[in-house]
Amino acid sequence: MALTGVLRPGFVQLRVLDIDEALAHYRDRLGLELVGTEADGRVYLRGYDEFDRHSVILRPADEPGIDVLGFKVASEEALDEFGQRIEKAGLGTTVVPAGEQPGLGRRIRFVVPTGHQIDLYSSIEQSADAPGALNPDVWKSEPRGMRAQRFDHCLLYGPDIDDVTRVFVDVLDFSVTERIDTPDGTLAVWLSCSNKAHDIAFVNHEQPGKFHHAAFFLESWSDIGHAADVIARYDVARDIGPTRHGITRGQTIYFFDPSGNRNEVFSGGYTYYPDNPIRLWSADQAAKGIFYYEKELNDRFLAVVT
Amino acid sequence: MFRIEIQGHNFAFDCGPDNNVLLASRAAGGRILPLGCRGGGCGVCRVRILSGSAQLKPMSRAHVSVQEEGQGYALACRVYPLSDICMEPAAAKARAVKLDPKPIAERK
Repeated sequence: MALTGVLRPGFVQLRVLDIDEALAHYRDRLGLELVGTEADGRVYLRGYDEFDRHSVILRPADEPGIDVLGFKVASEEALDEFGQRIEKAGLGTTVVPAGEQPGLGRRIRFVVPTGHQIDLYSSIEQSADAPGALNPDVWKSEPRGMRAQRFDHCLLYGPDIDDVTRVFVDVLDFSVTERIDTPDGTLAVWLSCSNKAHDIAFVNHEQPGKFHHAAFFLESWSDIGHAADVIARYDVARDIGPTRHGITRGQTIYFFDPSGNRNEVFSGGYTYYPDNPIRLWSADQAAKGIFYYEKELNDRFLAVVT
Repeated sequence: MFRIEIQGHNFAFDCGPDNNVLLASRAAGGRILPLGCRGGGCGVCRVRILSGSAQLKPMSRAHVSVQEEGQGYALACRVYPLSDICMEPAAAKARAVKLDPKPIAERK
């Protein structure tokens, strides 16, 4: 299908307690490329297989968590159109000027019902180290660490999950791909703006603005195994995995960065089309949906957020 | 090696200055302090140090404010002992993430 609106999650800005430890984790363990450090202390990184200048921004702060999640849209015209639709939906927007992050164009920023800041943008510089586009090799420099190819998505925690679903579906043209239902209402929802099983997901949670994880895509299940070796060898704080999700079929490992922000590396997942039915999960089968092999929920996985 | 006691739980263990008391307690078989993010971010391992001294690595101020730190509160995963220590678990109801002991199926 033609992607004419939101293309993909483009960047995530995370708060970290110690910038040097965080940089070492994202650069050496995940294998992201360091793009640069700015005067305000923010550190910029990108996955080795990404064309755009950067996709992960680390900001030193005294509380970890997520500052903002940015989605890239197909054109400046689409950006303006979304801005109008967001305003019409009753959500205020602010404009973040071009250059607030180096190499990044103007952004339209709004806050969704779960309390999270979302940016939309269309323009960003290409990386000087972008993957080849003329008779390209599979990579230019040998991938390092867990070999993260790209920043892929976030799972966010907050209240009003049905309202945030309506925003993403009605205003941003996402589709619901999967949902966990309970007798008390929606527990969790997965949404896509592409062929991916999800481009964003939310879990219903009383505290607004909370961060469950940022996920990075690996090429194959074999890379997941290698990532597990890296996690064990360097004493990275592992949460759960290697395992597979029933929801999205992603093959996955979860672990924490040195500030307690959760990361995921994953591979696989099914190809989604908007004519697919919504995959529904009942609360009593949620364990199978989240941990397909273990079929048991993990308290830490559910409850720990930053 | 320093001796670390979790008051009220009849549990004590050894911890060197290059290790944090959360991981040391888990390695000694203790399950009183939950294992969360292990990076000072989530708050589940919140404790109050009653006696002794320690080097504290950076902790999320959402879970231990500067004032609370002065009162002995800390995240166990960031406590690197400099002496014998006596501490007690001290989950902050309002802000710390709580790991629920009830099975998922029984929760509201």
